[in-house]
Amino acid sequence: MALSECSLEMLQYLKLKSVEELFSDIPQSVRTDGLRLPDGLSELELRRELEAMMSVNRPASRQPTFLGAGVYHHFIPAAVKTIVLRSEFITSYTPYQPEISQGMLQSLFEYQSFMTELTGMDVVNCSMYDASTALGEAVLMSHRISGGTKFLMSRAISPEKKLVAQTYARGADLKLEEVSYDQTTGAVDLNDLKSKLDQGVAGFYFESPNFLGPFEQHAGEIRSILGAKTMVVGVNPMSLALVRPPADYGADIVVGDAQVFGSSMNLGGPMIGLFGCKTEHVRKMPGRLIGLTVDSQDKRSYCMTLQTREQNIRRGKATSNICTNEALLAVATAAYLSLVGKSGLRDIAAKNIESANSLATRINSVNGFKAPHFKGPHFNEFTVTSEVDPLRVHEELLSKGIHGGFQLAKDFPELRNSTLYATTEMHTREDHDRLVAALGAVG
Amino acid sequence: MSYHQAVHDVPSVFENCERPKMHQLFDSTMGGLIPEDLVRKELDLPDLPERDVVKHFINLSQMNFGVDNGLYPLGSCTMKYNPKVCDDIVAWNTIADLHPLQDPSTIQGALRLMHELEQMLCEIGGVDSVTLQPAAGAHGEYTGIHLVRAYHEANGESRKEVVLPDTAHGTNPASAAMVGYDVLELPSKDGCVDVEALKSAVSKDTAAFMLTNPNTLGLFEKDVCEIAGIIHDAGALLYYDGANLNAIMGKTSPGKMDFDIVHFNLHKTFATPHGGGGPGAGPVGVKKRLDEFLPVPRIVLKDGKYVLDSDRPKSIGKVRAFFGNYAVLVRAYAYIRLQGGNGLVSASENAVLNSNYLKELLKDTFEMPYGDLRKHEFVMSGRLLKAKGLKTMDFAKRLLDYGFHAPTVYFPLVVDEAIMIEPTETESRETLDQFADACRKILAEDPEILKTAPHNTARRRLNEAKAARDMVFSWREHEKRMKAESEKATPG
Repeated sequence: MALSECSLEMLQYLKLKSVEELFSDIPQSVRTDGLRLPDGLSELELRRELEAMMSVNRPASRQPTFLGAGVYHHFIPAAVKTIVLRSEFITSYTPYQPEISQGMLQSLFEYQSFMTELTGMDVVNCSMYDASTALGEAVLMSHRISGGTKFLMSRAISPEKKLVAQTYARGADLKLEEVSYDQTTGAVDLNDLKSKLDQGVAGFYFESPNFLGPFEQHAGEIRSILGAKTMVVGVNPMSLALVRPPADYGADIVVGDAQVFGSSMNLGGPMIGLFGCKTEHVRKMPGRLIGLTVDSQDKRSYCMTLQTREQNIRRGKATSNICTNEALLAVATAAYLSLVGKSGLRDIAAKNIESANSLATRINSVNGFKAPHFKGPHFNEFTVTSEVDPLRVHEELLSKGIHGGFQLAKDFPELRNSTLYATTEMHTREDHDRLVAALGAVG
Repeated sequence: MSYHQAVHDVPSVFENCERPKMHQLFDSTMGGLIPEDLVRKELDLPDLPERDVVKHFINLSQMNFGVDNGLYPLGSCTMKYNPKVCDDIVAWNTIADLHPLQDPSTIQGALRLMHELEQMLCEIGGVDSVTLQPAAGAHGEYTGIHLVRAYHEANGESRKEVVLPDTAHGTNPASAAMVGYDVLELPSKDGCVDVEALKSAVSKDTAAFMLTNPNTLGLFEKDVCEIAGIIHDAGALLYYDGANLNAIMGKTSPGKMDFDIVHFNLHKTFATPHGGGGPGAGPVGVKKRLDEFLPVPRIVLKDGKYVLDSDRPKSIGKVRAFFGNYAVLVRAYAYIRLQGGNGLVSASENAVLNSNYLKELLKDTFEMPYGDLRKHEFVMSGRLLKAKGLKTMDFAKRLLDYGFHAPTVYFPLVVDEAIMIEPTETESRETLDQFADACRKILAEDPEILKTAPHNTARRRLNEAKAARDMVFSWREHEKRMKAESEKATPG
């Protein structure tokens, strides 16, 4: 390969004749000769090629899409992008040198502050990978807090989260057991919970709103049933603009996904795992924490703190192995919440509730469809049952340029004619009209 | 010296602004859609005009330092330049506005990109299959060690221990522990794995040996073939921590070195931006015999269409929801296509050239334990500072004043007062010369200047002990403390 003039001079300085000599310490028996990959492209060629490759995708911005199930299509103000694309933010790394990284540190502190306010929890870390891994870590942390050999989880949670939690539990040799839900309201079946609660249980995880749509209305009772065991609550943080925060009903740990605040869906990644807990548990918590302090001139400053919990210090005894997290999305979250403000956030959340309520009512009036399947208050997602096979409905909608909801039969055999629909402020009245008309044509 | 970071007093976004009480006109039950006992009573968030919010964050950004500002030689972090075209591409709605549960027929382009990226990583890593699901390097390790466990369990074995050298990244032992393994740290010899010690350490209880090669001292583990033999003879698996892959692309590969499992840090080797700490991506590659254990779903090309296959009974399940950090995967794919095979080889060549050049510039100034030829990074000792009553951290802080981010310090632990430098291939010789000059100048400065450094950054030396003592993690907690203090000051 041709070397630049400059590289040649550097080699001369090193008293080397060729670049190859720099690799003379690699035994010949393991040497390879280059890479069998295509030649490099210019920026323009790359754009053309990727544009063509991606043109076959059907994004939510081009076809009304009624999927939620943990990832939501919300509006993102332009200024969020302006902020997260600032070179100083996006090309920096973990703020190991706080004096030169105050911008990122203060932004992350503000993310923690927003999430603390919304969830009501004492402490929120500055992100896990996503809600599923946050749940996995919460299972492990519950075990650190309460001991035991097993952990209970509501059945009404996302199948993706369940699979991830199983992986994390297996690593710690913990058993996961499921607690069923009430067939009418979708709420946690309190009798089933009581019957499964024995000495070996570390804690219990449920969601509000849960995967099937309804808010949990017996959270206070669940707290009393659990006694001293760890209560882990999953939330859609946007809904907390309008409903009681989990700290109100005694959650020990809160998890969720803050992607709803200013980050695109991106096929489900990156997301941003929300993780909060009570102060008394903070030393058992995974992930980075930003704390307030002062510099030598007594000026307000921010830095990473309680790092003795983390892998870079504690190695095999750390609370978690997490290092790289989702910091830039935490900046997006702080920027988004600052931009929409309290009144804006409440308006958006209200729009989601109203829109879901109105859509459910309209679907319910279509022959052969029932919505919402579960009684009680919902946020922006609800279960629909149909007389026709949901797969057929899905295919008919797709042929009309509409993407229907998430079919539940595979993961919830008891809900075999059911589909989970989500709607957000991104849907117009026309989008709803199109969906309802298309469902009518199927039925 | 001409560097001065912007110094702003940016109040908290919660401070000095209107935080109105709940709207009076707002029906908080939404006409009965939310039952009264579920209604939120208080929400203390700011309401600010867009203009003020943008000013707030732009001024904050000016008090931050990224690769685009200058040299960021953090060892083992590969802070290379990130091509801007990727920022544009990932914002396309055909990429950003996809939902992970969409019908596969509507995301064929995305599935194709991931499938092709898997194949490219197979070629670079010398492995047979790759999963893109892990969200970060440590998460890749976690996935890899689950594969180790699944492999042994499938063979009816329950091995208890993961062995690794004391130069390993902290994530290695932490990941192994999270999968339920005891961790045995092996003291190094001359900066490399002590083969004899390894021989006596491995047993029928050894599940895997984790290694990064080149290691964190920047040394190529020359005995890697013998190491592989020892591990495989014991029936254990060999794990490759890909944090230092930027040193060897096209020159060797983990697969060629007989590693069974490897993770790739796309945010290091493949130039996706580090984002202040993330997002990253940590795909994991394996040899054929471990393929059946990979997380689900697998992306499969069948009759010209990409489909998702979750019917894999021996799979470890899932380590993260959906496909992984897709937007990061797209950036890495774009980077690989921009560079091409030859470009990636050049990247490694120049990374190693830059590292050795900078090491040579500094070798008469600092002690350089453990050998001459380094790969993409090198470690020097700041021990000489002790004579002046200084610590490595003082030196690191003073570098900030010269407009350079500090290297990784106090790691690896095998070097006293370690200073770990990774310049990467994207820095010019001029920059490296300037950095070396700055290092020399700093050593000649009045020790007091170092002790009180940094001087030219947004803040002076931080009181980090106070942060740990006070434990203030939110604005609400800060206000609570302020209120308590003022009440104490004015009793009654």
